[in-house]
Amino acid sequence: MATNKRTILIVDDDIDYLFQLKFQVEKMGFDVVTAESQHDAEQVLKNLKPDLAILDLMMENEDSGFILSYKLKRRYPDVPVIIATAVSSETGMSFGISSEQERQWIKADLYLEKGIRPDQLHREILKLLKQ
Amino acid sequence: MEIVDILVVDDEPGIRSGVARILKNFSVSYPFLEDDIGFNVIEASTGEEAIQVISKSVPAVVLLDNKLPGIQGVEVLEYINKNHPDILVMMITSYASLELAIKATNIGAYDFVPKPFTPQELKSSIENITKHYFLRRMTRKLHSEGKQVRFQFLTILSHELKAPLNAIEGYLRMMQNKEAGDSIDNYMDFIDRSLSRIHSMRSLIMDLLDLTHVESGKRNRNLREVDLNLIARSAIETMTPLAIQRDVSISLEADNDVTLFADSGDVEILFNNLISNAVKYNKPGGWVHCKIAKSANEVRIEVSDSGVGIKEEDISKLFQEFTRIKNPQSKNVTGSGLGLSIVKKIADLYGASIKVDSKIDEGSTFTITFPIPTGDLLNDSI
Repeated sequence: MATNKRTILIVDDDIDYLFQLKFQVEKMGFDVVTAESQHDAEQVLKNLKPDLAILDLMMENEDSGFILSYKLKRRYPDVPVIIATAVSSETGMSFGISSEQERQWIKADLYLEKGIRPDQLHREILKLLKQ
Repeated sequence: MEIVDILVVDDEPGIRSGVARILKNFSVSYPFLEDDIGFNVIEASTGEEAIQVISKSVPAVVLLDNKLPGIQGVEVLEYINKNHPDILVMMITSYASLELAIKATNIGAYDFVPKPFTPQELKSSIENITKHYFLRRMTRKLHSEGKQVRFQFLTILSHELKAPLNAIEGYLRMMQNKEAGDSIDNYMDFIDRSLSRIHSMRSLIMDLLDLTHVESGKRNRNLREVDLNLIARSAIETMTPLAIQRDVSISLEADNDVTLFADSGDVEILFNNLISNAVKYNKPGGWVHCKIAKSANEVRIEVSDSGVGIKEEDISKLFQEFTRIKNPQSKNVTGSGLGLSIVKKIADLYGASIKVDSKIDEGSTFTITFPIPTGDLLNDSI
């Protein structure tokens, strides 16, 4: 049956994080499609244009999320992408997309630290979906 | 701003001045660098001139046309590879054939842009190649400071330790907020998953202790003649509950009185890791077979299984730290990704070799061969 619900793609190789995020995003009233790797997500994206995507950064490779984001944006430039990761606090490297140049390179719309509260995440999703 | 030298080698003046114009006011920035990068374009109209320029001052990047009046671009590329392997070469040519692209990249060109190119195409290629240049420079710097390996290890380790903590914390918060309703029954999956993550975290910590034991150096080893048969039996006993749970049988075939001059802790870790992998990556109704054999100059430990097998291309990755080959069969198997790297480290300590034979869906055999010093120095040195 056709639905008017927005669809959110969530990609993470940690099945528990994936489960928790799916659970929470579904509770917000969205349809959720999940993938456990960059590779799987690329397959999913061949047949699905999500309304928004939440991507983990480190999956098969350390920069899988960036590459996936880049590929997703090339296929669907208007789909907002959130990169959710704990990588900056782990490596001490400063990845960010606060400046225009960084956004250009990373091609994500928002960068979130993992462990964000569901209500914060909900607000950010609505903002990106311009609701 | 940091300036990167780019040498353009092309006999068409239009191309050279075009590249210079496009890159004149172009700069790139990367999140991992504080400074922006600008470009200084140097021009050469022949391969010979290019070699002269390079021999005076080495550029970071060479944009190299293949069709040149004197020596060809590919020959310049060969010269660069031989004398200045640090230079990144990007072939630019109007004879953009797949064959030449393959040849050029095979002999060391970094990338390939066909002519004619738009300013945007050139800029994005330059952005890519410059990123590569700086990442390589950073890697070398870390490497030369001897920090890289440790840095990578600690980065991955902290990720591996944090991931289960985050998962457990997430489930606890969901329970705290009663996100799945008031009945405790709704939370059984959360509890099971949390326990499973705690379990894998514990095994990671145990493996880290093993790793510390292995890496603590020979001074702390207690070397003596150890009975391999005895240690293998004890490892099998330890693994039996898991094997029963997974419906896998374990058997042992051993020559009599095989001993090895080693630290018994090291040998225990070897057997434990090999047997537990063989049980974990197996199928219901499957088997694990351990074989210990001794000949005049070597001791061989063989652990075979009827398990899921490993793809040829994955075998070389097996012994790297934190490697876990991901496929549908291994998805639900927990592990730290350290087991086989520990096995490798131990084998190296004793000058032993490791061989892996594997067929997808049929099983794997890990063979570790320990040389036995003969005591005869003359023979040893031959």
